[in-house]
Amino acid sequence: MGNSATAVDATALKAEFPLLATPRPDGRPVHYLDSAATSQKPQAVLDAMDAYYRETNANVHRGVYEMAAEATDRFEAGRTAAARLVNHPREGLVLAKNATEAINLVAWAWGTRTLREGDEILVTGMEHHSDIVPWQIVATITGARVVFAPITPGGELDMDALHGLINPRTRLVGVVHSSNVLGTINPVADIVAMAHEVGALALVDATQSVPHMPVDAAAIDADFLVFTGHKLCGPTGIGCLAGRPAVLEGMEPFLGGGEMISDVTMDGSTFAEIPLKFEAGTPPIAEAVGLAAAVEFLEDIGLDRIRAHERELCVQMLAALDEVPGLTVLGPRDPDRRGAAFSWVMDDLHPHDIAQFLDSKNICVRAGHHCAKPLMRVLGTQATTRASAYLYTTEDDVLALRDALIECRRWFGVG
Amino acid sequence: MGGLDDLYQQLILDHYRNRRGRGRIENASASVHEHNPVCGDECYLDILVVDDRLVEVRSDGDGCSISQAAASMLTEVAEGKQLDEALDTVEHFRLMMHGETEPDEDVLGDAIALEGVAKYPVRVKCALLSWLALRDAIAGYRETTAHGG
Repeated sequence: MGNSATAVDATALKAEFPLLATPRPDGRPVHYLDSAATSQKPQAVLDAMDAYYRETNANVHRGVYEMAAEATDRFEAGRTAAARLVNHPREGLVLAKNATEAINLVAWAWGTRTLREGDEILVTGMEHHSDIVPWQIVATITGARVVFAPITPGGELDMDALHGLINPRTRLVGVVHSSNVLGTINPVADIVAMAHEVGALALVDATQSVPHMPVDAAAIDADFLVFTGHKLCGPTGIGCLAGRPAVLEGMEPFLGGGEMISDVTMDGSTFAEIPLKFEAGTPPIAEAVGLAAAVEFLEDIGLDRIRAHERELCVQMLAALDEVPGLTVLGPRDPDRRGAAFSWVMDDLHPHDIAQFLDSKNICVRAGHHCAKPLMRVLGTQATTRASAYLYTTEDDVLALRDALIECRRWFGVG
Repeated sequence: MGGLDDLYQQLILDHYRNRRGRGRIENASASVHEHNPVCGDECYLDILVVDDRLVEVRSDGDGCSISQAAASMLTEVAEGKQLDEALDTVEHFRLMMHGETEPDEDVLGDAIALEGVAKYPVRVKCALLSWLALRDAIAGYRETTAHGG
């Protein structure tokens, strides 16, 4: 996939991101290596949201006046863009607050009403807390059980073990497409097929893949695929659930209120068609406008080219980190099997201290458990340091990181 | 790099590399196990109390330089103090971490070197972990003795 595509000119792209193009207060540039947490926003996204508020701000879906109709069009264009990005029918594209809320929507609207005692929800040992905790809550309510598929010492899913854990009691398999800690890219289409073999549903957490590579929801064939706007150059406050329309139609609502009804009487209510059935209350309108602009921005560059760029960065980053004494990178080393999130541990240096030192060089990385504590326990550590790249990351950023890590060891007196 | 030097004073790095009071106490009067939810770091704190005085304070666990140095300094400062005096010291340290008092070196000893941490809200928890563990340990000790334990 995408290896033949021409990589992007990341240095030129950086200029389109005001935050990255502007020096920090100390006059030096920022090396932003925390895009797995949230991406920076290009001028095009800022402009689109600004224009929405200045030109057509109105509530959506019921206004009779022209401006309200235009606001509705711009809002729905966000849904259309998100659906197009992952090749999914737009009636199956539910807009939520974030990917976490999208998973909670499935857990509550489907899980609490469907799961029974003895049922199993299978998730993997490299899930983000957002694909663990909702299922644990639902399991407590329903008597179902959350089962974890193990990972190998190399940071990949043990596919044989996973296959062995899928059985007729399995009702849902939840799997992350690309790990936010290890970078591992999982064979999600194969796992979805395994789930379907036993009649289970499949949920793919594509939060870390959709921003970085072409993702074809139709080919993956999951019943639910979630991702979020703010990691793909869009604003915070908007996430997406790409659900199989037939499954969504069979589900009861999640949150109740305005927007999501067909009729309301004192005796009860009937509900709107999908996807509005799952969108109670005034939706994130400006955020949907920003999401559309972000998707167009990515499409103009080309997701295959972004993937090719990050594949090159993988090679550069692994080589750079290998030059740092006492540093061990976690996860796969094959750039075809990993995304651009790199976690490592360093002998005698704590992630907090590393991140603090890097901050003094305007290098932004993350230190901690990355909302994946079960994975941390498997890895035998409490915390890692993580650098994560994106389309605007340059080799200069990678080398700045390498040099600072080497200096960091000296500064703390550990070599 | 002025900011970094303010945060990581030599005294802190010295306590980090040569940690004092590390370990556990067999037959401790009270033990506390704390963890920092931000990073998952863990801290064990044991105290031995005789005649209302901390005759021994030991801390164990892994963590960043700030948390390790803070624990090291704590054991030095707290050992030998009366319980109420130790609690006053912890409170003085806590206020310093929140920038709410002028720190007194006579009270805090080496721990005054952690004053710069107050400017880094995410790291304040690292510094406070073991100190608040001491507060909890004293409270736990008093509860058991009050109930005739």
